[in-house]
Amino acid sequence: MQKEALSKGFIYLLLILGSLLMLLPFIWMISTSLKAANEVMIMPPKWIPTDIQWGNYIKAWFSAPFAMYSVNSVIVLVASTIGELITTILAAYAFSRINFYGRDIIFSILLGTMMVPGEVLLIPNFVTLSNLGWIDHYQALIVPWLASVFSIFLLRQFFLSIPKELSFAAKIDGCSDFRFLWSVMVPLAKPALITIAILKAIGSWNAFMWPLIVTSSENMRTLPVGLIAFSTDTGTKYELLMAASSMIILPMIILYIVLQKYIMEGVARAGIKG
Amino acid sequence: MKIQLRDITMRFDNVTAVDRLNVTIEEGTLVSLLGPSGCGKSTTLFMLAGLYQPTEGELYFGDRLVNKVEPENREIGMVFQNYALYPHLTVLKNIMFPLKMAKVPKKEAEERAREMAALVQIDHLLDRKPSQLSGGQQQRVAIARALVKKPKLLLLDEPLSNLDARLRLEMREEIRRIQQEVGITTIFVTHDQEEAMSISDKVLLMKDGKGQQFSPPQDMYDYPENQFVAQFLGNPPINLLSVKLRNDLQTIVLPDTEDTYQLDSLVKSYVDSNSKLELGVRPEDFYIEFDLAKAGITVEVMMVERIGRDNLLYARLGQTNLRAIVSPDVMVNRGDMVKLAIRPGRTHLFDRSNGKNLLH
Ligand SMILES: Nc1ncnc2c1ncn2[C@@H]1O[C@H](COP(=O)(O)OP(=O)(O)OP(=O)(O)O)[C@@H](O)[C@H]1O
Ligand SMILES: [Mg+2]
Repeated sequence: MQKEALSKGFIYLLLILGSLLMLLPFIWMISTSLKAANEVMIMPPKWIPTDIQWGNYIKAWFSAPFAMYSVNSVIVLVASTIGELITTILAAYAFSRINFYGRDIIFSILLGTMMVPGEVLLIPNFVTLSNLGWIDHYQALIVPWLASVFSIFLLRQFFLSIPKELSFAAKIDGCSDFRFLWSVMVPLAKPALITIAILKAIGSWNAFMWPLIVTSSENMRTLPVGLIAFSTDTGTKYELLMAASSMIILPMIILYIVLQKYIMEGVARAGIKG
Repeated sequence: MKIQLRDITMRFDNVTAVDRLNVTIEEGTLVSLLGPSGCGKSTTLFMLAGLYQPTEGELYFGDRLVNKVEPENREIGMVFQNYALYPHLTVLKNIMFPLKMAKVPKKEAEERAREMAALVQIDHLLDRKPSQLSGGQQQRVAIARALVKKPKLLLLDEPLSNLDARLRLEMREEIRRIQQEVGITTIFVTHDQEEAMSISDKVLLMKDGKGQQFSPPQDMYDYPENQFVAQFLGNPPINLLSVKLRNDLQTIVLPDTEDTYQLDSLVKSYVDSNSKLELGVRPEDFYIEFDLAKAGITVEVMMVERIGRDNLLYARLGQTNLRAIVSPDVMVNRGDMVKLAIRPGRTHLFDRSNGKNLLH
């Protein structure tokens, strides 16, 4: 009994340490964002600012056209998330339910592409897009991210776990393949789809390298790229950078908290026995 | 709707799941598809449903050749072994689904769904999701969904296999009741012989994709066309003795002891006296004969077991073990020699080379 409590205590301790480790950068970011400029770099570092500078947030917001950046970020996020969901649903259905020639080989090749590091693709993708004349347009920010092999894989596995009798039943009920996909498979796959959407949204919202490379004009920039505004020739204004960063990640944190219950929901698939 | 299968064959890559099946199912009857696991029952059902295309043969619904007709145009309803209810829809929505697909106006659809729910007695559960139902309730939902479009043919694939013994009994009577109330032609797949015997008008027994016998259940039990049918039905199983037949085509020579036994009728076709035959007698068709002058098979008693109303007698004839159900007031003990006689007309004789019944 005592031994059990002890080992439980140990597990909790480990978990708390782990989460602290994860949280520290965030805490540091928020702490820095509230400091006066002269307090940012002092040694030893100070966790709690002597004088809390809420003004940093206002100053940061107006240091660059963040409103415009936000609009761009939202457009890119919404378009690429919806786009990816659509391509993922269609591809996962095809790879799990439709028998076509070469299906398994194509799928293996697709999985193989996951081994290719993203950085390798930067330049070929850039060249392709510049040949298309898409550089510095929304297409460049959205189109390359409309499909994800990982999401297809995830959803395909989920679709495979839905018994084939369900599609047989739908066929007898007079439901077409396409309709079955949207009115039965998709609602059933809600937890998987929300997980995919959240991963996508966070990835898109935080993307830095790609938007930096394919945009050159101010009015195409997204939020993370906009943070460059705080690094000037005369040095980086860390307190403003951190204030802006805090504002930027806030929507993602809220999104996550709101949707997390769906992620945790698990796969409710009763009504199917055997 | 009358259903006809003409030489229906289904081959997957290298397995022949169904092999030249010929069956005619009369309108309004309930037919059970019975057979051991893997004999092609589900495959047959899926072909009837149009989910599989037969490799060969013709399938008629009424006078219409339906080989190429899509499932939704076949006027069928189907209940799957795992029910296959739509998990995200309520009971009512599940039952309405086929109507919604057929573009029946919403109000009418709901009315018909409620009617059907009342028929299967789940009208108090309409707002629940399938996950909130018991196995028996889910099954009723599946039946209601299958019936709501008023199909001409109802297909049931082992619908009771997930239920406990009591519920099974209840539900099979329920299915029979609903079937007769609606008067719908029904095909019921099962591998439980008792289930098949109790609810069917006719039973189709299959083995390795081939139809073995298609007849009313009692006929199948009393007059099996071959040894497989005889062995598949009955519990405890039929007794089989390796015997020979004398040239008079009526005298059986029993194994080991070389005793003889007179058949009460002649065999149907000529049998060589060297052919290996199997004498089949169901345990309940034996009785103990005390009259020394009467014919019978003399056996040694091994054990007597009381089972409910009767006694089950384990006996031995040379190397062969036999089981007989005898009345409990007969007092016999281990080691006794008794004479077992066979009720008239209850003897079966099978040709071992092809399994054919030579007497019926
Ligand atoms: N899609 C398929 N591909 C290849 N072989 C199949 C397929 N479906 C069934 N079979 C084979 O066909 C044979 C008959 O299968 P079927 O499912 O009809 O048997 P069943 O009588 O329904 O058995 P059970 O009582 O176990 O459900 C089996 O040998 C099975 O392995
Ligand atoms: Mg089966």
